[in-house]
Amino acid sequence: MKIAMTVNGKSVSRDVPDNTLLVEYIRDHLRLTGTHVGCDTSQCGACVVHVDGRAMKSCTMLAASASGAQVTTVEGLATSKDELHPMQVAFKENHGLQCGFCTPGMIMTATDMVARYQGQGKELTEEAIRHELEGNICRCTGYHNIVKSIVDGASKMTTA
Amino acid sequence: MYETNFHSVSSPQEAEAILATATDAKILAGGQTLIPTMKQRLAAPSDVIDLSRAEGLRGVTITKRKVMGVIKADGGETVTIGAMTTHAEVAANAELAEVFPAMCRLAGNIGDPAVRHRGTIGGSVANNDPAADYPAALLALAATIHTNKREIAASDYFQGMFETALQEGEIITAVSFQAPAAGGYGKFPNPASRYAMAGVFVARSKDGAVRVAVTGAGENGVFRHAGLEAALTADYSANAVDGVEVSAEGLMSDLHGTAAYRANLIKVMAKRALA
Repeated sequence: MKIAMTVNGKSVSRDVPDNTLLVEYIRDHLRLTGTHVGCDTSQCGACVVHVDGRAMKSCTMLAASASGAQVTTVEGLATSKDELHPMQVAFKENHGLQCGFCTPGMIMTATDMVARYQGQGKELTEEAIRHELEGNICRCTGYHNIVKSIVDGASKMTTA
Repeated sequence: MYETNFHSVSSPQEAEAILATATDAKILAGGQTLIPTMKQRLAAPSDVIDLSRAEGLRGVTITKRKVMGVIKADGGETVTIGAMTTHAEVAANAELAEVFPAMCRLAGNIGDPAVRHRGTIGGSVANNDPAADYPAALLALAATIHTNKREIAASDYFQGMFETALQEGEIITAVSFQAPAAGGYGKFPNPASRYAMAGVFVARSKDGAVRVAVTGAGENGVFRHAGLEAALTADYSANAVDGVEVSAEGLMSDLHGTAAYRANLIKVMAKRALA
């Protein structure tokens, strides 16, 4: 079936099988390989993208369900080629990654949680960040620097 | 994932028509269980009917009891939650937080943020996972499950592990309940899956009846606990839980914990629900 949506601000359309997952549509059909697949059980969160402004696991929804939606992947976060998104800068500066495999999902989850907390006027404490990272698994860092990066990224996003 | 035919519908009626003609169609709500099950090839529906664009299935409505057209000040609110309302929407609903915040907290602790943005109350209730959170809440609140065909009392609806009163072609459209006088939920999540190893929902209705429902621990899905209900009807406090005998009989034993461990967890979670 023909599935059209807006990905990173660009209208796209592809003819794909009905059982195509959103992550397969993004990676295999649009060739945007920043979104990762780290597990087969919807647990790891490496595939998190924003669908209509909300963080979702692109491995746990059909591409057809996102038909007509606004999708943002990690490639679409930065506003220009020369300047990273403040959250990406924070992960770089705070050593928030080692192998980097989980990082796209971490960053998409992080930007979603910061936007949500700031939108509701709630304080994003370190404890809240750890709770919010429930659905993202990192096998290298022990999370400490990821949490530090998000604290920093959140303040960068406020001042940005 | 096996091949399937995808349908997006604008109403439950449209979904019903497809269910009637397709060989083995499944309703897709948030898909946070169905899609992983299809990926594992444990489910292979011929057709998938996506309800996410169907109208009138989303949102939380709170209606106050009226006598002769006048809103009564004593509460008596009826809470109706559309089947396609996501866990995140329930968790963040300010009006619901005012009349019954325990429900918002429960929704805010299901799965993880990405799952809560997609998963729905209707999907959870239709699936009736023996460790899901909502079934305990709905049973303890004596809720009503609304479908395209009828209304079903929660006590008749939940019939065991993944078993419900839903019949062929029946689609959940909403759930509703009376806001209780008090209530809370205590859950001990499995550290890996985050599903409840024991979850206890306690609710005291405005007429004083106390209902206690347990999820995650029973061999046959969600159930009510008569002993806890009797003790809490007499004394609605965490201390009252101490004197209750919770038997391990009928509870699950698996690699995560024995039935005796779960029996103890039920008491501890009941206390947390009352804290």
